[in-house]
Amino acid sequence: MSEMTLVEAVNLALARALADDPEVVIFGEDVGVNGGVFRATDGLQARFGAERVFDTPLAETLIAGMAVGMAAQGLRPVAEIQFMGFIYSTIDHLLNHAARLRNRTRGRLSCPLVLRAPYGGGIHAPEHHSESTEALFAHIPGLRVVIPSSPARAYGLLLAAIRDPDPVVFLEPKRIYRAVREEVDDDGTALPLDHVFTVRDGSDVTLLGWGAMLQVALTAANQLAEEGIEAEVLDVATLKPFDTATLLESVARTGRCVIVHEAAQTGGFGAEIAALLAEHGLLTLLAPVRRVTGYDTVMPLYRLEDHYLPSTAAVVAAIRETLEYA
Amino acid sequence: MDDHDVGGDSARLRYLDHEGAIVKPLPGALANRDLLIRLYRAMTLTRTFDAKIIALQRTGQIGTYASTLGQEAIGVGLGSAMRREDLLLPAYRDTAAQLLRGVTLCEQLLYWGGDERGSDFAGPREDFPICVPVGSQYCHAVGVATAFQLRHQPRVAVVTGGDGSTSKGDFYEALNLAGAWRLPVVFVINNNGWAISVPLERQSGTTTLADKAKAGGFPGVRVDGNDVIAVHAVVGEALDRARAGDGPTLVEALSYRLGDHTTADDAGRYRDPDEVSRHWAEDPLVRLRNYLVTGHGWRKDDEESLLEECSATIEAAVAEYQAIPPAAPEAMFEHLYETLPLALVAQRDDLARRLRR
Ligand SMILES: Cc1ncc(C[n+]2csc(CCOP(=O)(O)OP(=O)(O)O)c2C)c(N)n1
Ligand SMILES: [Mg+2]
Repeated sequence: MSEMTLVEAVNLALARALADDPEVVIFGEDVGVNGGVFRATDGLQARFGAERVFDTPLAETLIAGMAVGMAAQGLRPVAEIQFMGFIYSTIDHLLNHAARLRNRTRGRLSCPLVLRAPYGGGIHAPEHHSESTEALFAHIPGLRVVIPSSPARAYGLLLAAIRDPDPVVFLEPKRIYRAVREEVDDDGTALPLDHVFTVRDGSDVTLLGWGAMLQVALTAANQLAEEGIEAEVLDVATLKPFDTATLLESVARTGRCVIVHEAAQTGGFGAEIAALLAEHGLLTLLAPVRRVTGYDTVMPLYRLEDHYLPSTAAVVAAIRETLEYA
Repeated sequence: MDDHDVGGDSARLRYLDHEGAIVKPLPGALANRDLLIRLYRAMTLTRTFDAKIIALQRTGQIGTYASTLGQEAIGVGLGSAMRREDLLLPAYRDTAAQLLRGVTLCEQLLYWGGDERGSDFAGPREDFPICVPVGSQYCHAVGVATAFQLRHQPRVAVVTGGDGSTSKGDFYEALNLAGAWRLPVVFVINNNGWAISVPLERQSGTTTLADKAKAGGFPGVRVDGNDVIAVHAVVGEALDRARAGDGPTLVEALSYRLGDHTTADDAGRYRDPDEVSRHWAEDPLVRLRNYLVTGHGWRKDDEESLLEECSATIEAAVAEYQAIPPAAPEAMFEHLYETLPLALVAQRDDLARRLRR
């Protein structure tokens, strides 16, 4: 056991996967000697060699497309897209190929690839470096979308993603790459995918978040606890496929639900959660579902980004509003 | 362009050697003291400005910045060759080119300082903003060039990018169309040897990037990107060709990234410092200064007053930048659509309410 940051936990999981499985290969832009622009792959090329950890040319379409070919051959490609802002040209390969290769070949070929990318705002990054567009990927049938919210979660979920037989988009909240430290046990144990984790028990309201927003949710919950309001906080670690049972079970007890995400509101993943509640949990609700999200604007450049991102105060206010319904 | 290197041959056009000695007679139009001094002043302003932005970044007064150190001649050469009515589609390492196009220092500071107003250029109203998603600008450039062609306008789109950007599909797609339709576009590649930590030899199997024009069916030219006279000449010729309806040109300008990739990068992790030191010997400013000193009577006091002038211009721009109050948070709803849709009015009001709380 040792204490580490989220990005160090990513590095540890990658090293563990490389050591455990000779089919694992890691590639992307600047992941070799440089160890990734956030150092997620730091030292891996030196340790495992340039045949298993290598730089590609600057070409995201290529990175995703070659991952499809490698995965179909039984390798376990774990590719890095340097920032989520540059992931969009990979969607062709993800949507048209990776996510449906198994289905369209009736199981003859499959695509066990992982595409990792740092995402989200809050670090005063340049233009195109701060967006959260996870919902685009959650819309793609056949894909898994996984987002860790802490170092231990990053380690366990990334191992699970790499071992998973199907394609996974693994989005890393760069705002908390180094902001939180946590004990992580490098014992090679994966965490379950397709599972919503309950990180705080409470009976007054169900509060869901993922990635960096989970910290915001927890801070809000702790603040309200001082007034005797107990929020149950759920970490939506896998957006797709979504663990509806955990959501419904929690809301059946609390009767209230607030969803936090930094992505724009319209068509954000919060809308899916709210729709699931409307379909399957409406009669357990005591108050309207509330979403605390980014606005439907272009993510502003960094001088205004704090006004765009959901704040603890906004989450607290939303919870209070749901509590006004007796 | 017959006397330059076209494709295959790895030679490059150069008028001045590293020391600033003439290795090839300057064409008449370029043997002009006023023009040469103008180019030198612009390179000096760029370098001084660049150092200032890095200092501001180090003290938390501006965000991440991509330095042009050592590559000033490319932007100054191409910017000075363009006509006002031409259109620039810059990448993010184009401080010099943007300066020449009339993007103000203050606008550039605003952009790197995380404020959208920095892309609302008062000068070149039709120029594109900086392109961060590498390579996408090439496709936009052929779109702009198509508009010029459809309207029979004698204008040229000039698009810039780095050596690494030539690995993107967008680059090849744009070259292909530009060649097929003989579009009025000039592609200027700043081959500075590195794409963050990846050296060119691991980026591409080709001997020269100019060779890549062959697939588009149009000329690719190599030029010493640290010789501003050569860049100006080569881009000028390419602009003439494009304007005359003779189609696109790919210009590979050979330079070197003397600094880190950006202020967020540490090149010491992946690059031999000796390599960097060697390239300092090819400094584009020193070269032209030496030539001006020997050939055009540029004196020490000319140099000193230029440096003072640059500092004063930059200090004034920084003061102007720092005096601009941050935009109101509601500004994120402005210019999103031409008119704000009703659905968003509610969100803007929500933001306003939060701000009042
Ligand atoms: C599509 C895309 N992928 C990745 C990045 C991250 N990135 C920014 S600059 C860069 C390297 C670019 O190298 P090059 O084209 O040689 O230009 P230089 O920075 O050397 O001027 C990378 C990988 C990006 N901005 N856009
Ligand atoms: Mg480069």
